[in-house]
Amino acid sequence: MAERSPGERILDFQEVDTGLTADEARAEAERCIQCKKPACVTGCPVGVDIPRFVSAIAEGRFEDARSTILEANLLPSICGRVCPQESQCEGACILGRKERAINIGALERFAADLEVGEAKEPVPRTRTSGRRVAVVGSGPAGLTAAAELARRGHSVVLFESLHEPGGVLVYGIPAFRLPRAVVHREIERVLSLGVELHTNMLVGRSLSVAELLAFDAVFIATGAGLPAFMGIPGEETNGVYSANEFLTRVNLMHADRFPETGTPIRRGSRVVVTGGGNVAMDAARVARRLGARVSLVYRRREEDLPARRDEVRHAREEGIEFITCAVPVRILGEPSVTGVECVRLEMCDPDESGRPTPRVLEGSYFVIDADTVIQAIGTSPNPLLVGLLHGAEVGRKGNLVTDDAGRTSIPRVYAGGDITTGSATVILAMGAGKRAAAAIDADLMRTPVP
Amino acid sequence: MYTVVKVGRLADRVHELVVRAPHVARNARAGQFLILRVDQDGERIPLTISRVDRDLVRVIFMTVGATTYRLAEVREGEMIQDVIGPLGQPSEIPRGATCVVVGGGVGIASCPIIARALKDAGNRVIGIIGARNADLLILQDEMREVCDDLHITTDDGSLGRHGYAADVLKDLIEEERVDYVWVIGPAIMMKVTSEVTRSKGIRTYVSLNPIMVDGTGMCGSCRVVVNGETRFACVDGPEFDAHVVDFDRLMQRQRFYLEEERVALEHHHARRCGCQPGGHHG
Ligand SMILES: Cc1cc2nc3c(=O)[nH]c(=O)nc-3n(C[C@H](O)[C@H](O)[C@H](O)COP(=O)(O)OP(=O)(O)OC[C@H]3O[C@@H](n4cnc5c(N)ncnc54)[C@H](O)[C@@H]3O)c2cc1C
Ligand code: FES
Repeated sequence: MAERSPGERILDFQEVDTGLTADEARAEAERCIQCKKPACVTGCPVGVDIPRFVSAIAEGRFEDARSTILEANLLPSICGRVCPQESQCEGACILGRKERAINIGALERFAADLEVGEAKEPVPRTRTSGRRVAVVGSGPAGLTAAAELARRGHSVVLFESLHEPGGVLVYGIPAFRLPRAVVHREIERVLSLGVELHTNMLVGRSLSVAELLAFDAVFIATGAGLPAFMGIPGEETNGVYSANEFLTRVNLMHADRFPETGTPIRRGSRVVVTGGGNVAMDAARVARRLGARVSLVYRRREEDLPARRDEVRHAREEGIEFITCAVPVRILGEPSVTGVECVRLEMCDPDESGRPTPRVLEGSYFVIDADTVIQAIGTSPNPLLVGLLHGAEVGRKGNLVTDDAGRTSIPRVYAGGDITTGSATVILAMGAGKRAAAAIDADLMRTPVP
Repeated sequence: MYTVVKVGRLADRVHELVVRAPHVARNARAGQFLILRVDQDGERIPLTISRVDRDLVRVIFMTVGATTYRLAEVREGEMIQDVIGPLGQPSEIPRGATCVVVGGGVGIASCPIIARALKDAGNRVIGIIGARNADLLILQDEMREVCDDLHITTDDGSLGRHGYAADVLKDLIEEERVDYVWVIGPAIMMKVTSEVTRSKGIRTYVSLNPIMVDGTGMCGSCRVVVNGETRFACVDGPEFDAHVVDFDRLMQRQRFYLEEERVALEHHHARRCGCQPGGHHG
């Protein structure tokens, strides 16, 4: 896949990967050996019929490829860009053992991006069920559940607390990875199924739990938006951001265009990001685009970085400095940040995940000059609505506990996505939304219309 | 989009705006706030819900930065982009107690709705409202209507008692038994005024106004230090026990974007008078 040069792309928020041309896509698709028992499909949380769409591309039937994907995945232009394919479909691809796995993500994106004047799926009126379902949260889990429920003929009301739908897709993941037009187009597709969207509705406040439970069924997909702070001294100093705040200011509020837009951001000339996941990479790369020199501090080794492979590579190409096996212990400066004191860690015996446990190397303290610190060390499930749902079983991380189909311990209340798993992935959230929609449909159709 | 049904000027640089927002009005309670955006590129700003009337909510604001100047230009019948709320925890309303509600400057905006909730719960309600001078004192009539007793102070003595709300409060708690106090105003005023009740151990609430973005608990911009712990004012507050709030930290964090705010305001004015942003204009 073609990529814009690092020097060019750090000057703007345009997409880094420019996608495959038709010839490249066909050539890549032709490499697929069409396994009898395709492992790639089992690696896909929403079960896209990968061999079928890949062979359609190989044969130049691009629109067929596109509709094959859409049967299982309503947000393919998004997934093609942000899924961790290396640990899912591509990770399972047989060809990966010998040479190189098929670049399924790029092919998905290619087919999904086709400008074919959206073959409008008819708004299903065939089985208007007479049931009303509320979906809370319009991230990938909520969008998927809403679409699947609407397809099955239920009236769906989708509540979102922010002023725009999309969840992490709009406030978290930056446009250079996921262009806004792509997100908007895929959300439009969901809404065009007849889903009624209400933004600016914080459920639990704008809508009481009693009002919520007046729906025939409820799907909760409020995500894992609560940012964690490290709890080290100096964190309240001016210039310390959670990644969520930093990214929201830029991605949702467009602070990169301040003062044309109303939301300010401290651009920073020396930025330290802590963490090693996708969120950390995104924060670092956004800070870079705002003109800062950026160092990323991660507690484990380079090979342990949990971010998508491509994000790490892109970050490095863009000049992000990686400081591994180290952790911040104190933020310096008053009233504004002047630096971060860190300590080196040595890697000791592996823990249950197989990764080594870091241990502080006494006497190895060092200071990084910085005027901005961004903490990207994780988020946990949004506590607001969970705390108001009396009788709901809540897990250790503050997550809603459900069965495999997404049923919570409260009748008629279902949940899925990051609110049940803690911070995970777009596609897992979608898979959960899909399963829950099926369960909601089955459960609703078993009971007579009230 | 939400229709603005009424705008008005209450004092120099202090404006009221009434907007139709049924989703906010329906469940709004005293002590909560909303967030609004004037237009598509607008910033999200938090404002206290100052009154609720059927599906209408009123906010009161002072023009301090680009966004509030822009908001003050909105005319009756026009639309604003977004209104979200009610946000935050409602005030904890006791029953059958003696309560004092203290408002300073534009902070008085929050007082009548709290005083009303207290009154409705059978409390004796004493109001103290103060401003720099008589012209800046807002909502006098509304407060007089709900409070059993209303005290007025001005810094320059142009109306009511010459001095600060804290002075009145100090005398008041000497004269009679007071169970609860609310102090709402600029951070420094809340800090000073709530000090008055500390030695008597009177439960005192302040409503904190740190910088916010989402107002739903997902960014941490609004974090405040209360009792040595980090709390998110937008979901855990905005009201907290005054005697354990770190006001200095609050004021320091409120100042973080001063430079950006100056730039934004200059940009706003430049756009208004047709000059180039950043250029000189008289
Ligand atoms: C910066 C960043 C980068 C990421 N990169 C990747 C990536 O490359 N690949 C990948 O697969 N995953 C990535 N993830 C993770 C992925 O985005 C999430 O796992 C996924 O979005 C979870 O979807 P969700 O629908 O459960 O929740 P969310 O996307 O979090 O959506 C929840 C929605 O609910 C709304 N909400 C919350 N409470 C309420 C309420 N009470 N009432 C109404 N609405 C409410 C929120 O505003 C939000 O819009 C990333 C996450 C972040 C933060
Ligand atoms: S304003 Fe974002 S968490 Fe409070």
